[in-house]
Amino acid sequence: MKANPKDVNTGVYYIDGDVSSGYGALAAGCKFVGGYPITPSTEAFEAVCRRGPLVGAMFIQMEDELGSIASVVGASWAGVKSMTITSGPGFSLMMETIGFGAMLETPFVLLNIQRGGPSTGVPTKTGQADMMQSRWGSHGDYELIAISPDSPQEMFDYTIKAFNLAERYRCPVMIMSDECVGHMTEKVVIPLADEIEVEPRRFYDGPINEYLPFKPDEDLVPPMVKAGDGYKLYITGLIHDERGYSIKNEEYKSIYTKRLVDKIRLNKDKIIELKEEETDDAEVVIVSYGISSRVAVRGIEKAREKGIKVGSLRLVTVWPFPDEKIAELAKTIKAFVVPEINYGQIAFEVERCSHGEANVILVPHGGAGVHNPDDICDAIEYAAKEKKRIEGVIEYKTKLEKLVFEEGYKLHE
Amino acid sequence: MRIDKRGVLTGTWNLSGNQACAEGALAAGCRFLSAYPIPPSIEVVERFTQRAKEVGAVFVQMEDEISVLAAVLGASWTGKKSMTVTSGPGFSNMMEHLGLGVMLETPCVIVDIQRAGPAIGIPTRVGQGDMMQARWGSHGDYEIIALSPSSPQEMFDFTIKAFNLSERYRVPVAVMSDAYVAHLKEKVVIPPAGKIKIKPRRYYKGRKDKYLPFKRDKDFVPRMVDIGAGYRFHVTGLTHDERGYPIMFEECQEHNVHPLVKKIRHYVDKIVEFQEVETDDAEVVIISYGATSRFALKAMEQARKSGMKVGSLKLITVWPFPDKRVAELAKKAKAFVVLEINYGQIVFEVERCSYGNANVAFVSHGEKGIDNIEDLLSTIEQVLKEKKVRKGIIEYRT
Amino acid sequence: MSTAHKFMCGINESGRHKMSPVKTIDSKIIHPMDNLLRMERIPHIWCPSCGIGLAVTAFTAALEKAKIDLNKVAIVSGIGCTGRVAGYTKLDSFHTTHGRPIAFGTGIKIGNPEIKVVVFSGDGDLIAIGGNHFIHAARRNIDMLVVCVNNFIYAMTGGQVAPTTPLAAYATTSPYGCVEPPFNIPYLADSSGAVYVARWTTLHIRRLTNSIAEALNKRGFSVVEVISPCGMYYSRINKLGDGLDMMKFYHDNAEIRHGEDTKNLDIGFQTKIIVGKFVDRERPTYMDSYNKWLSEIKTEEKLRK
Repeated sequence: MKANPKDVNTGVYYIDGDVSSGYGALAAGCKFVGGYPITPSTEAFEAVCRRGPLVGAMFIQMEDELGSIASVVGASWAGVKSMTITSGPGFSLMMETIGFGAMLETPFVLLNIQRGGPSTGVPTKTGQADMMQSRWGSHGDYELIAISPDSPQEMFDYTIKAFNLAERYRCPVMIMSDECVGHMTEKVVIPLADEIEVEPRRFYDGPINEYLPFKPDEDLVPPMVKAGDGYKLYITGLIHDERGYSIKNEEYKSIYTKRLVDKIRLNKDKIIELKEEETDDAEVVIVSYGISSRVAVRGIEKAREKGIKVGSLRLVTVWPFPDEKIAELAKTIKAFVVPEINYGQIAFEVERCSHGEANVILVPHGGAGVHNPDDICDAIEYAAKEKKRIEGVIEYKTKLEKLVFEEGYKLHE
Repeated sequence: MRIDKRGVLTGTWNLSGNQACAEGALAAGCRFLSAYPIPPSIEVVERFTQRAKEVGAVFVQMEDEISVLAAVLGASWTGKKSMTVTSGPGFSNMMEHLGLGVMLETPCVIVDIQRAGPAIGIPTRVGQGDMMQARWGSHGDYEIIALSPSSPQEMFDFTIKAFNLSERYRVPVAVMSDAYVAHLKEKVVIPPAGKIKIKPRRYYKGRKDKYLPFKRDKDFVPRMVDIGAGYRFHVTGLTHDERGYPIMFEECQEHNVHPLVKKIRHYVDKIVEFQEVETDDAEVVIISYGATSRFALKAMEQARKSGMKVGSLKLITVWPFPDKRVAELAKKAKAFVVLEINYGQIVFEVERCSYGNANVAFVSHGEKGIDNIEDLLSTIEQVLKEKKVRKGIIEYRT
Repeated sequence: MSTAHKFMCGINESGRHKMSPVKTIDSKIIHPMDNLLRMERIPHIWCPSCGIGLAVTAFTAALEKAKIDLNKVAIVSGIGCTGRVAGYTKLDSFHTTHGRPIAFGTGIKIGNPEIKVVVFSGDGDLIAIGGNHFIHAARRNIDMLVVCVNNFIYAMTGGQVAPTTPLAAYATTSPYGCVEPPFNIPYLADSSGAVYVARWTTLHIRRLTNSIAEALNKRGFSVVEVISPCGMYYSRINKLGDGLDMMKFYHDNAEIRHGEDTKNLDIGFQTKIIVGKFVDRERPTYMDSYNKWLSEIKTEEKLRK
C-alpha cells in the first residue's frame, strides 16, 4: 500500500535526524505518539507535536516514560500506528511494558536516541551502549527487531521501514539511533507519497464469533482487531491461549510463548538487512552499525591505503543478529574488527557467531564522542598482522584510554 | 569482622528457599529491606518482617518497584546493608535504578525470584527468563555479578555471598533464584555466628576535607562513607570525575565508565564460581544453574548408568560468565547440553565460549513438568551421535 | 567581566573555572554563603534571569537560620534545572534519577532517622514523573522537607509542557497552547497529608528564607513551593519578557494570604498568585508510628518453621 499524500511532507530538507524520524513516522501513517521529554530525543517529539495535528495525528506528553509506553500500547490496540520516543534512562523505565507489548504481539515503534551512559550519564552526547538492552532488557523470553540508522536520510527511511516491520510481524520494533545521528543536520529527501511503501495493519475479516485473537496464520503472525469493533477482546499479560485467556498448565505454555520467539527466528532471512562491501577477498572485516559505521569509513580508507584488504559489514538490522553471515565470513577472513561506542556489546555476538574461526577485536569508546578513525585503522592493522588464533574478544587500547589512564590527562584544574 | 549475632538463627531448620533467603540476609547483616509485593517473592518479606524487630532491622513497602530500589540505594548510603526482593516484572521496573546503583557504586542486593513468561506470565510458576536481563537490562556499559542458587541451603549461603561481593566490589549483586527453589522446603543448616564470613564495607578513613568519593584504589574500587558523618560529599548519576562532580566530555566518560567495567572484568577469576561433577572424562557436559541443576544431576546419573560419559557443570555465578572454563571444557568434551527454563539465554553464552570446539545443544526444560528429564536424556543421546561440530545451537524436536 | 569579578567566580585566564579554595581576606570568609556552597563549581550552569539561584540563596540562608547540625543534612535532587542544586550545595548531596529523589530520600530517612532529608527539585521532576512518590511520602508523613521550584515548564530539556504549565500557555510540546489544567501543588500536598505547606515567589526572598527555616525544624512532610522565573523558555516562549519582567509581575500580582484554603490556590496564565503559609499542623511521622508499633509488640510470635 502507498503512503497517504496528506501525511507526507514531500520535499528536500536540511534537517536533523530527530526531526527526520518524526516526519518519517507521520509519513508511515503513525497517528499516535506518546512521549516524555528526554535529551537528546526531544526534537523528534517536538517535530511530531508541531506537524501531527496538521495531519490528524495525536500526541500526548505523559507524566513519565512508563506512562508514555503504556499509552502507546493502548493506542495500538485502539487500532492506530503508534510510537514513542526516548533515550537511555527512559528506555530502562519502559522495559516492563515493552515485554508486555511483545507478549501481546502489539505493533509499535520505539525510537531510542542513545546517549552516554550508564545512569544519567552524558545526556547531550552520543553513545551506543543500549544495544544488548534492546534485545534482553525485559524479563522472560521474547524476540524483537532493532534497526540502526546512520544518517538523517536513513532516520526517515528506516522509521517507515520500522513501522512496516512492526505491522508485518506484530512486534515492537526499536530504532536504535544515537545522539550524533539524531542531532546531525543533513540533506533529507522526502519523496512523493506514492513512492513510499507502507504496510497496513492486517486486520481479521472473518465472522466475529469465530475470532481467536492469538491464532496465527501460516507465517506465525495472527491477524489483529481493535477495541470498539464488537469483538469483546480480552487482552492479558498472563500467559494465554488462542482465545487470550490465561492458562495455568506448563504444557500449553510452550505452544503459545514459543511462537513469540519463533515468529522472528524463523523469519530472520526476510527481516535482516545488511550492507556489505568488499568482503569477498577481505582479510579483515569491520562489523559496525549506526554512527560508528560512518566513522569507520575513514578508518577503512586509511587501512586500505596501507594495502590491507578490508571489507565492511554494516548491520542495518542489529536484531535479529545475522548469525549465518558472520559464521560464513569467519571462515575466510583473519579477523573481525568491531568499533562500537561502548565497552563491548555487539562484539560479543560477533564472537559467538564466529565459532573460533576468526579473531574478534573490539575498538571500544566510552561515549560522549565518536571514535578516532586512527584507532580503527590501527586496530585493522593489528588484526591483519596477528597470526595467532586468540580466544575471546580482544580489547584494543585506544588513544583515548592511553590519554586518560597513562598520560595523566587532567579532567579539572 | 564482628558479626551481629541477633541476625544469625543458628540451628538446623526445615525452611523454604524464600525463608532461607531472608535468614541469609539477616545473618549477613542486612538491616534494611524494601519491597513491593509480587509473587513468588512475598515470603522473603514476610519472614524478614517477622524477625525484623528482634534483629533491629527495618522494612518499608514502597509504592512501586522503581521507588523500592531508589529507597534501597538511599539506605545503603546511610551505612545499612540493604536488599530488595522481586520477580520478573518488578525486576524490569528496577532497571533504571540498577544503572544508578552501578554509577554511584552502591553495594546492595537484588533478589529476583524468577517466574514464568514475559509480561505477567504465570506468577506462580517457575521460569528462568531473566538471566540475560540481569546482565544487560539497564542502559549504558556496566558489569554486574549474578548468583544462582539451586536449593534453600544455597539461598541462605548465596545471599550472604551476594552481600560480601557487593561490599567488596561496590556493585549491585543479583541473586537470580526461581519460583521452584523459592517454594521448595528443605533442610537448612545455619552455622554459629562465628563461622560465617562477612565482608565489611570499605570505608574511607582520612581527612574529611580531602575525601574524594570516586578516587579508586588499585583494584578500581573507591572508598565509601556514610551520610551524616560530616564528609559533605556529592554523588551524581551524571558522568563524573573523582570528586563526584559532573564533566560532560569523552575523557571523563572514559575515566568514569571504563573502571566500572574493569573492576569486575579484571577480577573474573576471583569472582567466578562453579561446581563440576565427573567432567574429567565426560564426552557430554550438561551446563545448568538454579533449579535445573538438580535435574541435570539426576539425568547425569541415569546417563552414566547407560554407559554414556556425561558430566555436569553447575554455574554458581552466572555473571560474570565463566568464559575460560567453558572454553577449556569445549576442547575436551564433544558437546555441551544446556538446560534452562526458557527459550535460550545462557546457551548463547555457552555457544560464544566454545569457539566452535564442541556442539552446543539446548533443552528448554519444564515443558512436560519440572521433573521430567526425558527431553534432556534424549538430547544427550542424540548429540553424542553427532559426528562433527555443527554451527549454531542444536535443538532436537521431540 | 572585571578581573575582580572573574576572581570571585573562580575563572582563570584561559577561561575555564578553576578549583578555588575558600578565599579569605584577613582570614575572614569573603561571602557568608561560601561555606555552604561548593565554590569550586561556581559559576553554575543556570541561565541569566533564572530564579533558581534565588531559591538556593534562600535555602542556604535558611540552613544557617534554622540552627541545625549541617553534617546531618542530606540533600537529594532529581533531574532538571533545579535538580542541579544538589551539586552546588555543600552537604551530603545526591543527584539521582528523574522523579525519584523522594523515594531515594525515604530510604535515607528510614536507614538513618537522625538525618534531616531535604529534597530540592523542580515541578516536572517532583509532580509529573515523581507525582506518585510525592503523594505517598505525604500520606506516610515521612519527615522530610521538599522544596519544589516551580517554573511552569521543563526547562532543562528545552521547554516542554509540565503539569504545572497554566492553561493556554505555550510550550514546545503544546505549540498550540496547553490544553491541560495544571496541578495546584499546595492543594495536592495538603490533601495527601503534608503537615507544612507554603508557597512564595523568588521575589519574596526573606519570607521564603523564613519559611524554609521553619520547615527545616518542622517534623513531618513539609512542602515549600517556590514560583520562579524561567527567562530562557517559559517567559520567552510566552512573550512575557525576561526574568526581571517576571519578578515585576510577581511584585504586582502576588498576594499574601496566610492560612488560605489550598483549594483556592490555582494559578492561571498571568493571573494572581496567592502566596503565604497555608498549612501548619501536627501528625505523627512515619518513624513515630513505626517505633510506637514496635514498642507495643509485647509477645513474640512463634516463627513458622
